[in-house]
Amino acid sequence: MLGFSRAQAIAFVVMLALIGAAPFLLYPVFVMKVLCFALFACAFNLLIGFAGLLSLGHAAYFGMGSYIAAYAAKSWGVSAEVAILLGGLVGGAIGLVFGWLAIRRQGIYFAMITLALAQMIYFFCLEAAFTGGEDGIQQVPRVALLGLLDTHSDMTLYWVVAGVFLAGFLLIHRIVHSPFGQVLTAIRENEPRAISLGYRVDDYKLLAFVLSAFLAGIAGGAKSQVFGIATLTDVHWAMGGEVVLMTLLGGIGTIFGPVLGALVFGSLETYLAQFGDWVTVSQGAIFIACVVAFRRGIVGEIAHKLKLGL
Amino acid sequence: MDLSRRLLLGSAAAAATLPLRRARAQAANTIKIGVLNDQSGPYRDTGGLFSFAAAKLAVAEFAAQGFSVEVITADHQNKPDIGAGIARQWYDRDGVDVILDVPTSSVALAIAGIAKEKDKTYLNTGAATADLTGKQCAPSIIHWSYDTYMLAKSTGGATVRSGGDSWFFVTADYAFGHQLQASTTKFVEGAGGKILGSVKYPFPGTSDFSSFLLQAQASGAKVLGLCNAGADTVNSIKQAKEFGVTMRLAAMLMFITDVNALGLDVAGGLTLTESFYWDMNDRTRAFAKRLQPLMPKPYMPNMIHAGCYAATTHYLKAVQKIGAVAAKASGTAAVSAMKAMPTEDDAFGKGSIREDGMALFPSYLFQVKTPAESKGPWDYYNTLSSFGPDEAWRPLAEGGCYFVKS
Repeated sequence: MLGFSRAQAIAFVVMLALIGAAPFLLYPVFVMKVLCFALFACAFNLLIGFAGLLSLGHAAYFGMGSYIAAYAAKSWGVSAEVAILLGGLVGGAIGLVFGWLAIRRQGIYFAMITLALAQMIYFFCLEAAFTGGEDGIQQVPRVALLGLLDTHSDMTLYWVVAGVFLAGFLLIHRIVHSPFGQVLTAIRENEPRAISLGYRVDDYKLLAFVLSAFLAGIAGGAKSQVFGIATLTDVHWAMGGEVVLMTLLGGIGTIFGPVLGALVFGSLETYLAQFGDWVTVSQGAIFIACVVAFRRGIVGEIAHKLKLGL
Repeated sequence: MDLSRRLLLGSAAAAATLPLRRARAQAANTIKIGVLNDQSGPYRDTGGLFSFAAAKLAVAEFAAQGFSVEVITADHQNKPDIGAGIARQWYDRDGVDVILDVPTSSVALAIAGIAKEKDKTYLNTGAATADLTGKQCAPSIIHWSYDTYMLAKSTGGATVRSGGDSWFFVTADYAFGHQLQASTTKFVEGAGGKILGSVKYPFPGTSDFSSFLLQAQASGAKVLGLCNAGADTVNSIKQAKEFGVTMRLAAMLMFITDVNALGLDVAGGLTLTESFYWDMNDRTRAFAKRLQPLMPKPYMPNMIHAGCYAATTHYLKAVQKIGAVAAKASGTAAVSAMKAMPTEDDAFGKGSIREDGMALFPSYLFQVKTPAESKGPWDYYNTLSSFGPDEAWRPLAEGGCYFVKS
């Protein structure tokens, strides 16, 4: 089914069932937030998990996606799908420029270049007039989908966001299991050998980078529709760090890992809010526990135990 | 001890059995107050659990008849999306009727949108942005304690009148800093003062202010206006002291809790504006004393904490008047009742709430005492001048609030 292995197909059906049931059991806005972060983490995982590229600057694409979608919805009054798509396109366009520069280096240098470029985006967002500085873009209207479907109700918007997430998720799955994805894996495993086999490695890496940035922009755009705001939090480097943590927690290089990581991370951030300091303390503790004992992440460990590819 | 997977999993399982869920008491006549602020970041002492304590004191002292009151709190971590998420959940699912405090302008404005959309009461005592009663006002919102206009008018205008007639600004280079500098400039020039220059520094990330401070010193201006907040203000004041800057320092946004953090030997001589000082009169002293047992640390209240107390008290009076059921049903109804009554409490004395949601009290320009002048702990301020409630705040017509009929 859709190129899933049997174990993956079962996991996918379980995930679908959970997404279907979640808004009736949990607070829909919270689940929407988790879905946005899940898509963001999946996009990040496409780079780190399958192309072996650690980008610390993914907040830039996520945040710009969020700003552009918010601005388009508020100032131009475009409908939800156009706003989110614009967010993705701008994310992808920035990814094209930044990726083109960054893929010339590897390892820590690559990571530092992406971080530095993302900080430039942060300063741009801080200073640019249209972003509203540290107040952000506030009171973004929820514009009707295709001009028809009224998304003011949380439940209607939930199905839209769930649809966006599933489309992004399946796209990533498709990319990973395509011949293009196989070449990415080959580059991750042994770049000189991939070059010697005649692959134009830089082109592959750049395309993976742009796709990842595009999907991060989509996730940011969806988030701005959910919360009705776009702010500096989304472009801050800490957001780029959180997505690393989500992916690591769920399992780098697994298809379902980032989704679970986003769920755990989002739950902590929301349900520990009443305990003040404990949010950051628990994030740190989980990170340490993960690095010490569960290096493959939650899904990664389960898959390893059951000898399955999830 | 060896950190094994089994140990980690075991302790996680044990932790999961701890009772995490709070009891849900949502009777139709229970008023639920949610104190939402920063409890882990730079504003944890200016608001934080101290604001929570002030709200609890107000509830304990208010003999509610016919309804019960519950107070809960959460940390918005200064992130608008987290704050907005909590606010939505509180209003939608947890039966919270009023959200209180909310410092950090970006979060405050995000929640203003939600309160307006859902017609819920929102009493902001912690944020500086004057937009809460201006462009982003709503009929269910009240802004208490202070805003950028009032700070600029008091610190800017009154400093000129007390002799500080030439200014140099050191400004954080982002929207908040620019706004504060622009509005302060207006009042300084309006009072006959001169601006000799200004320098903007990159925000965030600047920790060395020496070159900006020396530039200010070289300008020959009498007053150094600091258009920044939080850690930046504290750092620039400390460094001004270290570099022997002899200008009069005017911190545009600062609280007594910041003064306490700096110490009088550094902060002495500084001018700042607050609408509340615990040692102002017998009533404020009595209020501060009653609050002490509830405070997480032995801190005296600043104007945000006092605002939480006063706003909660006034809100409960309004609920008493229109009934808990009506107050729960419509934030606008509760806030209209609050606007219709004069305010009266130990922290601010008598006051009123204007049509656009601005709570009107006097504002005071304070000078921080030197260690020699101070007689004891928290004896920090000398009052230099004050503005009455009708002149401290932005005139109603200038705010641009959509439902105010001009």
